[in-house]
Amino acid sequence: MKVLLSWLREFAPIEGDPYELADHMSDLGMAVEETRILNPLEGVVVARVADLRPHPKADRIQLVDVEIENGDPMQVCCGAFNMSVGDLIPFATIGTVMPDGMEISQREMRGEMSNGMCCSAAELGLGSDHDGIMILPEHLETGAPLMQELGLVGDILWDLEINPNRPDAMSVAGVARDLAARLDVPFEIPEWTVPSSGAAEDLASIQIDDGVLCPRFTGRVLRGVTVGKSPLWMQMRLTLLGMRPINSVVDVSNYVMLELGTPNHTYDLSLLPNGHIGVRRASDGESITTLDDQERMLQPNDGLIVNEADEPIGIAGVMGGASTEISDTTDSVLVELACWEPRSIARTSQRLGLRSEASARFERGTDWQINVTAVQRFCHLLNEVTPGGIEIVGEVLDVAGTTPDSISVPVRTSRISMLLGRDFSSEEIRNLLTPIGFDVENTDSQDVQLVTIPSFRPDTETETDIAEEVARHYGYGKLGATVPRSPDAGHLSPQQKLRRVIRQVMTGAGLIEAMPNPFLAPDDITKAALIVEEPVRLLNPLAVEESVLRPSLLPGLLTAVAYNYSHRNMGAKLFETGPVFEASEDSSGLPLETEHLAALISNADAFAATSLLKDLASTLKLEFQLTNVDGLAGLHPTRGAKINIGDTEVGSLGEVDPAVLRSYEIEDRCAWLNLRLDLVIEAAISVEGVSYQPVSTFPSSDVDLAFAVGEQVQASEIEMTLRKAAGEELQSLHLFDVFRSGQLDEGVRSLAFSMRLQAKDKTLTDEEVGVVRQRCIEAVESAHPASLRA
Amino acid sequence: MSVYDQIAEAKAASVGEIEKTGDLESLKAIEPMLFGKKSTLGGLKRLMGEVDAQERADVGQALNEAQLFVREAHEAAKKKFELSDRRAQLETERLDLTESLHVANRGHLHLVTQTMERLEDVFVGMGFTVSEGPQAETDWYNFEALNLPAAHPARSMFDTLYLDLGDRTEIGDGEGGEATNILLRTHTSPVQVRVMESTAPPIYTVCPGRVFRRDTADASHMPVFHQIEGLVVDRGISLADLAGTLNEFTAAYFGGAISSRLRPSYFPFTEPSAEFDITCVICEGDGCQTCQRTGWIELGGCGMVHPNVLANCGVDSEEWTGFAFGFGIDRLALMRYGIKDLRDMYTNDVRFLEQF
Ligand SMILES: [Zn+2]
Repeated sequence: MKVLLSWLREFAPIEGDPYELADHMSDLGMAVEETRILNPLEGVVVARVADLRPHPKADRIQLVDVEIENGDPMQVCCGAFNMSVGDLIPFATIGTVMPDGMEISQREMRGEMSNGMCCSAAELGLGSDHDGIMILPEHLETGAPLMQELGLVGDILWDLEINPNRPDAMSVAGVARDLAARLDVPFEIPEWTVPSSGAAEDLASIQIDDGVLCPRFTGRVLRGVTVGKSPLWMQMRLTLLGMRPINSVVDVSNYVMLELGTPNHTYDLSLLPNGHIGVRRASDGESITTLDDQERMLQPNDGLIVNEADEPIGIAGVMGGASTEISDTTDSVLVELACWEPRSIARTSQRLGLRSEASARFERGTDWQINVTAVQRFCHLLNEVTPGGIEIVGEVLDVAGTTPDSISVPVRTSRISMLLGRDFSSEEIRNLLTPIGFDVENTDSQDVQLVTIPSFRPDTETETDIAEEVARHYGYGKLGATVPRSPDAGHLSPQQKLRRVIRQVMTGAGLIEAMPNPFLAPDDITKAALIVEEPVRLLNPLAVEESVLRPSLLPGLLTAVAYNYSHRNMGAKLFETGPVFEASEDSSGLPLETEHLAALISNADAFAATSLLKDLASTLKLEFQLTNVDGLAGLHPTRGAKINIGDTEVGSLGEVDPAVLRSYEIEDRCAWLNLRLDLVIEAAISVEGVSYQPVSTFPSSDVDLAFAVGEQVQASEIEMTLRKAAGEELQSLHLFDVFRSGQLDEGVRSLAFSMRLQAKDKTLTDEEVGVVRQRCIEAVESAHPASLRA
Repeated sequence: MSVYDQIAEAKAASVGEIEKTGDLESLKAIEPMLFGKKSTLGGLKRLMGEVDAQERADVGQALNEAQLFVREAHEAAKKKFELSDRRAQLETERLDLTESLHVANRGHLHLVTQTMERLEDVFVGMGFTVSEGPQAETDWYNFEALNLPAAHPARSMFDTLYLDLGDRTEIGDGEGGEATNILLRTHTSPVQVRVMESTAPPIYTVCPGRVFRRDTADASHMPVFHQIEGLVVDRGISLADLAGTLNEFTAAYFGGAISSRLRPSYFPFTEPSAEFDITCVICEGDGCQTCQRTGWIELGGCGMVHPNVLANCGVDSEEWTGFAFGFGIDRLALMRYGIKDLRDMYTNDVRFLEQF
């Protein structure tokens, strides 16, 4: 919503520094996006188009001769074609600095000289119209400075952002009311009176069939209407507030809407049989041709305006029909000032794609009590702008539907004070609310006042809503600032702390955290060789490439590594934590959402993943068991293992399937680790706080054993057997060498383990160490196809 | 030759031997000649028997002095050789420490995670806990419980992505025509609802996390982005408490030069509602291009939790009141580093990610 100081001042004597006034409006919840002081625009003058000719070498520009004083016309090149010879236009002479900072200079365009610039309204900062050169009213003086001639110099234009709960501020008068209350100056909407004659009842009638749809329909009959140009001052105000002047009737209609927040409509009365207008909801299959000559299909809840024959002649609050449109031959007019059910207008305008300044106001709810004033204003203005005036017939026609009840709310001074954190007196509250139209009465209770909500504030309904009004007009910034304290200490949960620890393990191992798109294309799943029966799909994706919720972190990380490879960042090591989604039959309808940790290490074999897992195990004090499994989905068919913690499977690791890597154009091996982060964290929590083993003060002994072991046996199985056999003296055990060679039997490799033995209470003798050693050898040889290597 | 001459001669001979040595090894080799009974001076002990009793003390002293002299000479030579050995050794060990072949091998957390953790830490320091919830949500948690029933006009403020549940997809009541069943949360407010449902007040918590909008990616919008929201529900919580808490947060996170202010606004889930601005971090309030010369930048929305929301979560709004606030994490990260395009944060280019 844009407002102009001179227009606001027609309702309240508002004065002050433009920027201070802007701060006040922002502080009242009408955020000022721009404050503009209308400058004289030195150098821009009124010019007359003397001649128009094609440019000999360019189709998109024409040559214009403009006259600014009696003398030789000046030639300019111009890209617009909307003016005719004789029109008055704004003309920027050489040396003019335009509002956007551009300086006009003499230029040659394809061999023709251009000695200035013909301006559009937008180029002058006078509106949003870029479409053509601004055509000025004929009575202006050629050569005169434009802004002075338009009477705009020194006026101030503010662009306000109005929240959806402030229908009242969608009008110049409403903004003036709020600002006047803040500045403590009087505010008044004038009572416009217009002389009338005759009786309107004979000429027009209004019938509301659906009072919820139409709480109030006010109309008036006008005669002697001629469609012409509106006066300059009106055209300028409309232009500055972002509307394009059309003709006197349309301009008055828009002017009243901007001024009072009341959209309105005019009908050619001669095209309305018996002057009858009805209001009802549409039924299935009905249609109407609207003002823009489009046929619109209607739906049962749309609001309709119909004629005596019950035929649609307008879509309520959205757009009028072509059949009753005002034209050059119009003489008698019925002006409509109606209120409409906001939801109905929102739905219909949205469905038909016909959102307008009018529908925006109806959607928020217009003031049903200002109807008569607004009709009077319309008549008053049209009378003023029509040469010779118009004839206003009879009384105002005013039919009520279901008008909203007036709401009165008991408001506790103590509650307002508590909610706002400042002690208000009842009188202060009354003094803040009264100037913005709320009626405040005393009650039997000292603490309680009865507040009646004005009809232009349909958003306000409760004591809490009133608290906002009190805070707004008192000033949010003046309320003070206190800090409440939680009775408990702030903390992260054990899960949140461990998630951070796990991320630190990842970065400590050299991995970079990525955040790939969680949305996938349907074929991303097969591209990554995943098997997902029923992925979770979006109902309304922006694009099919982003229509599936990831069932795994693999496709996203592959895409990220592939991106890096295509930008010569070979060897990228990425990880991610986050939820993956799986369809579920849960009665809530929610998909199954589990948090995963995944790492994709390019240019590395599967052991990069096992190393990472070992780092995690060491930090979290967890034992992960690996089981080699062929053909895990997405993984290298012979380089994959599943990961367990005890009986619980918590993930998998290995290398990505080479065929998958090829389809992503990644030319290196990639190690892959995927863990159910939630399960790992729960397991880590369960081992937290387990008591420590005191460090033995007795010397330890090392035993190295190498076995020739059949390839069908996992190294971890030998390790497990050794661990069991070594017993409680085993302090540590690890695999330290693996080799395959022709010297060994076929299908056999050498696995060398290093064990450290130590007793808690004594020094182990050589004999005792020998016994453990022998026990280990026998255990391995008897349990597995393995033999000790000499 | 007098006894004293013999001692002097032996002393000179010993010192001469020491001077002839060139390293520790040769010094060690002559040690038997210098010290002990069989040494040159040691051999002269026998002279003690050959002198008069009254002279014995003087001879003995002369012998001791000579032995001490030799010992000192030996010690000095030893020190000298040790020092030169060390020098020689050190010279052979000289390193050019700029010849390191190591390539740094530590990873990096994503900028968004770093920012999120920093925010969490500030709020934990202010006495808050951190709450989380699912990213796919029911219409109830994301909208209805938050005072946004179906067909509420303010729903259009949120371009929502819905899930396709096949024949289980429920279509709304026809008012808005949209599905109302399961969606991707458009804010982290559903976590607030879940916390209020499951926890009795007092509540002091923040809800950071990923949120979704049906929005085409551009320099300042992503369909997937991150937010942090805060919720306080306690006895006697006021709008002034909200202002004070945001001030404290702003000073703790951005530093003392940055303050915050509230401006009236509208959200369906709060009443009174406000936008909160912070002093422009670029110009610290002087006015610059980033803040459009106002000295302030808009950070987020906030307000007193709407009584309907409290009621929907089973909280008695006469006994308890609360405030909530929320703002975008991605934009904070952007601001901190002056990143021009939000999309840069999500290309996953390691050359970008390694910088943080
Ligand atoms: Zn700034």
